[in-house]
Amino acid sequence: MLSKRVIACLDVRNGCVVKGVNFESLRQAGDPAALAKRYNREGIDEVVVLDVTATLEGRRAFEDTIRAVASELFIPLTVGGGIRSEADAAAAIDAGADKVGVNSAALADPRLLTRLAARYGSQAVVVAIDAKREGDRFRVFSRSGSTGTTRDAVEWAIEAEAQGAGEVLLTSIDRDGTRAGFDCELTAAVSTAVSIPVIASGGAGTFEHFTEVFTLGRADAALAASVFHFSEHAVADLKQHLRQHRIPVRC
Amino acid sequence: MIALIDYGAGNLTSVRKGFKAAGADLMTPTDPADLAKVAGIVVPGVGNFGATSALSGGWMRAVRGAAERRVPLLGICLGMQWLFEGSDEAPDVPGLGLISGHCARLPQTGGLKVPHVGWNSLHRPRESRLLGGVDEATQVYFTHSFAAPVTGETAATCEHGTEFAAAVERDHIFGVQFHPEKSGDAGIRILTNFVAAAR
Repeated sequence: MLSKRVIACLDVRNGCVVKGVNFESLRQAGDPAALAKRYNREGIDEVVVLDVTATLEGRRAFEDTIRAVASELFIPLTVGGGIRSEADAAAAIDAGADKVGVNSAALADPRLLTRLAARYGSQAVVVAIDAKREGDRFRVFSRSGSTGTTRDAVEWAIEAEAQGAGEVLLTSIDRDGTRAGFDCELTAAVSTAVSIPVIASGGAGTFEHFTEVFTLGRADAALAASVFHFSEHAVADLKQHLRQHRIPVRC
Repeated sequence: MIALIDYGAGNLTSVRKGFKAAGADLMTPTDPADLAKVAGIVVPGVGNFGATSALSGGWMRAVRGAAERRVPLLGICLGMQWLFEGSDEAPDVPGLGLISGHCARLPQTGGLKVPHVGWNSLHRPRESRLLGGVDEATQVYFTHSFAAPVTGETAATCEHGTEFAAAVERDHIFGVQFHPEKSGDAGIRILTNFVAAAR
């Protein structure tokens, strides 16, 4: 049976992991490659590295970061944040990414997904969707959640799949950073509308939140950052918890 | 020296890195004639079966010739499907035909998603050189929509809507539907076994 995937996210600025790090482990957590290596050892199924750098110097450093992280991993690595063009995607993939996450650039030009899929295969193309509740709908935002679009998350996911996206990385803006749990309604709405896998993101705070999103939320994978920084056993403990709740996970 | 054939179907960085961890630096031949003196051949690939049409002609003849000389051959993902006779995904493009059978789309039944993406477990019906040291029920990383049938040449099966061939093996011809280069320690073990076979 296909396992539900547990994915660790590293937010990287100028070569350092910047978010969701408790003070105690700040020093090691500053090095993305060291953290990726630790998660790999603990049994994480996949790693996502997001570039939250604003400067051009930082961008070049980010490619070195991808290379360093990739050298530690023999599991899938997704790179996102600031992928604006085919050239940006090529740089990330050449540095060792297996998949690229595209957000604002795909909203501006959905055919970018098609071109990337033609070049690297759909399995390498992840459409990242940031959505916020508005009444009974979910509105898509671009530019790191700062700019509202006219698109609906479910409709955009369906279109992105048709354009060639191989997975959806779905982030709830309402829940992001709250530790209040994933938005299971949003996740289920998108997951049941598309045939490609959906990775739920935003709001993970407890192990129970993962159980919820894998059952109620119909998620194929769940992503978190800070949850895994708490202890050296977080990944293994989470998987143990999921197994006890009859959710298939990789040992 | 082991050759990695780059026919433009996906990025090969991870495959090279995986083999490096397995103790082998791969060379990328620029001409089919380069396959005359290699110790092993790896055919990778992701995407549509139609992409393998880039291999028809010189490359196909050279790979078949090497296989006749008993040079170990490993197909990964699309590269494994190419070892078969063909695929419904691109009916006009013939496969290598070294393994019998035809690839078909995975059924989308019971709420299961296709493509089949993620970690799934291997069932091993028989002994295999390629999978030596890999335990029954070990999980490996898949990403595909089409799959090969289970036959006497199947070395491992997996299930997603239907049972399909996760690995094939006949003498020195090997194929894996999953990505050993993305499958953690078990994957590196499999690559190491192939490197040993090519020695």
